[in-house]
Amino acid sequence: MAEKNKLSIISMSGDFDKVIAVFTLASGAAAVGYDVTIFFTFWGLNSIKKKTGRSFIGTGFLARFFNFLLGGRRSLPLSRLNFGGLSPILMTGMMKGKNVATLEELFDASKALGVSFYACEMAMHVLGLTREDFIPEVKDVLGVASFLELSKGGQTLFI
Amino acid sequence: MTFVKAKLHLEQLEPGDTTDILLTAGEPLDNVPRTATEQGYQVLASVHVRDNIHRLTIKKP
Repeated sequence: MAEKNKLSIISMSGDFDKVIAVFTLASGAAAVGYDVTIFFTFWGLNSIKKKTGRSFIGTGFLARFFNFLLGGRRSLPLSRLNFGGLSPILMTGMMKGKNVATLEELFDASKALGVSFYACEMAMHVLGLTREDFIPEVKDVLGVASFLELSKGGQTLFI
Repeated sequence: MTFVKAKLHLEQLEPGDTTDILLTAGEPLDNVPRTATEQGYQVLASVHVRDNIHRLTIKKP
């Protein structure tokens, strides 16, 4: 049997529009039969936090403050013209109006289609986050060497 | 994205079940039947319904 095509995405941005790109590509590739892996690092980790809004999570005062400012998947800012968080709400409304999948739908579809989620060990350490701060679908916490091993032989995108 | 939604729906079917999917002309109508066929589904019919809407009947093997 032929080996499946493989797509690995490094999700570093915490911007609403770029995270949409991550999950659009991931769900689209998984739907057509790709083996898809997303490696979440730094601001990308915001989209896989259990707490989807703003909350004081993490170990240590600075980490808790920082994670409050960063927020989770429902408080991601637009990369341009964010207008204090109003634009992502407007954008989601526009997407629904045009029958385009929203971030939550893309995120759910990615999970349902078996996309593998991994969290970056180093970024978690810097931000004071632990495995318990993330959704249970996160398969493992990895470093660069393990990610390179996972992504070997496939296409890799950095978003 | 159309195929993502279609795929999630097709996965819910039991083997031998058929389903109808409404698609707009253009990329969805080109992509969905082609990818479904590649994945072993059987496209039984593609019928123009109205304007740019088409109904695709697919069977799960």
